[in-house]
Amino acid sequence: MSSREKILAAVKKNQPEETGLPSLDGLSGAMPATLEAFRKVLEGLGGVLCEVGNKSEVLPLLRERYPDLKRVIVAEDADQQDWVHEDPHALEDVDMAVVNGQWGIAENGSVWVTEQEIKIRVLPFICQHLAIILSRGNILATMHEAYERIGAPQSGFGVFIAGPSKTADIEQSLVLGAHGARSLTVLILP
Amino acid sequence: MSNDHATLSQRFNENEPRVDWHNETLWWVRAKRDRQAWSIPEWEQLREAASAIKRNVLGNLDSYLQEFEAQAISNGAVVHWAADAAEHNDIVTGILKKHNVQRMVKSKSMLTEECHLNPHLEANGIEVIDTDLGERIVQLAKEPPSHIVLPCIHKKKGEIGELFHEHLGTPAGNADPQFLTEAARQHLRKEFLQSRAAITGVNFAVAETGEMVVCTNEGNADMGAHLADVHIACMGIEKIIPQRKHLGVFLRLLARSATGQPITTYSSHFRKPAAGKELHIVIVDNGRTQQLGREDFRNSLKCIRCAACMNTCPVYRRSGGHSYHTAVAGPIGSILAPNLDMKHYADLPFASTLCGSCTNVCPVKIDIHQQLYKWRQVLVKEGYTTASKTAGMKVMSAVLSKPGNYKRAGKMGRWVMRAFPGMVNNRFNPWYKQREMPVAPKQSFSEWYAENKNEDTENKGS
Repeated sequence: MSSREKILAAVKKNQPEETGLPSLDGLSGAMPATLEAFRKVLEGLGGVLCEVGNKSEVLPLLRERYPDLKRVIVAEDADQQDWVHEDPHALEDVDMAVVNGQWGIAENGSVWVTEQEIKIRVLPFICQHLAIILSRGNILATMHEAYERIGAPQSGFGVFIAGPSKTADIEQSLVLGAHGARSLTVLILP
Repeated sequence: MSNDHATLSQRFNENEPRVDWHNETLWWVRAKRDRQAWSIPEWEQLREAASAIKRNVLGNLDSYLQEFEAQAISNGAVVHWAADAAEHNDIVTGILKKHNVQRMVKSKSMLTEECHLNPHLEANGIEVIDTDLGERIVQLAKEPPSHIVLPCIHKKKGEIGELFHEHLGTPAGNADPQFLTEAARQHLRKEFLQSRAAITGVNFAVAETGEMVVCTNEGNADMGAHLADVHIACMGIEKIIPQRKHLGVFLRLLARSATGQPITTYSSHFRKPAAGKELHIVIVDNGRTQQLGREDFRNSLKCIRCAACMNTCPVYRRSGGHSYHTAVAGPIGSILAPNLDMKHYADLPFASTLCGSCTNVCPVKIDIHQQLYKWRQVLVKEGYTTASKTAGMKVMSAVLSKPGNYKRAGKMGRWVMRAFPGMVNNRFNPWYKQREMPVAPKQSFSEWYAENKNEDTENKGS
């Protein structure tokens, strides 16, 4: 008997009687789905939130906030797609990556992004700084609404990103910029 | 047992300021957890829901596992099954050898710690670089993690500075966390970039979609998995959850319970391998099906490895993770370990005050302290406790089961403690260690009550 069959047989023999799944109704409570609630949590995580009038304001704003940027990648720019076909390791020198986010979650300050928006999976992790563009109307209250709206998977990879990469492994001292992006700016479109 | 929990904690307790610091640091994490929990009015409903979902999983595990496998295969992953640690290690080694990998990165996975994967790979000529900062630190120190979420919580920054000076060439005497983290970032970035294979753990595996969710704050699992040609994800059979929407419940609970954050920085959903790359999933039993068959202990398989039970445990906080001599320390580890080896881990269920704090904070409502209590009974019955403990328990039982004996023994004890305090205040009495024995009262509570109850009734009546 293969290990697969052995394990499945042992599980079947030893598992308790079946019980039903609970309803998830009412778990969100009265959590607000507002920009202000989202901003408060995101800032608590070390992220920055800026409101912009339209997408053309994004790059000038980032260049003003980060004057030393050399390599900047805007994931949705059609005329700048060479990097998409290159070895992902070559993204190692990206100073700033700008990607679109699908949903923002007010209760935890996270933004849902998928392979569709980031094109290359390692992009939002390997860049020194990350900016995510999000529509104000796409802020949801909790993770329950998030999974309801996201629905079935549309791509091979998706991630909730909440703030910059961080660690507190050395004596519980919080340090931003562990292995992923050192900073996160969320740009809110009206 | 010369290296049991009591002996090892005694060693940890030799340095009293260190113990106080360890205790306070973990309690601070517990307090952060409380603030997050209290900020969500539906917290208790969430715990109920999580526990009920996990209970449903245990009752349908065979069909969920097969559903997950079928989905994962249709997503393009290769699924492997390992009955025990040895088979798990062989499977991983086989994949790496096939790809001629000699040096590779691994993000945090308590399962691979449980299986002792690193020494196995090293014996096969494959060098493993742990990429979680805390895990890298204990790896450089040649120690196992002492905590499942905060692997080097027992280390002071000065010691970490010395390790980095020795291994990464940072300046001697620099122990600034910001500086040391930056040094680790530079060092590990090189490893991520050169590594053609990456091992990660799995926090949740969704039967409905065949996807796996991996949570980190550092981004190390993603850096490793996305840059490598081969991603190997190792999971125990109990990581399954039924549907995608159930992730909402668990992701709301996990980081809040673990470190008091609203969510980890990255909650990555791996479904398909990227174009031209390989995704391997190793599903491991290693004693879990046996635990599933133990009615009193199967709920321990609900565990989502948040470590809240460790942070709150008065024994863990004052004895340190290494004193548990097993991969998963603390209260939950003390339930899991005896399942694997009753003799070797017979001491662990006794490393608890049974205060119940672990049960109160557990996000999936495992009855941790009750299971510890039940393990004690099993271990005594099976003859795995020391002769002195068994004899002591027999005397206790003789005294406590007869009210007359109990009263006489209490009277005698109080008289001895008052007349000859030296009889108890000496090094032969383990209760005297690190504390003075209390002054014995003249009468017992029932004697006091008999004298005072009339007075009390009168007060109430007036």
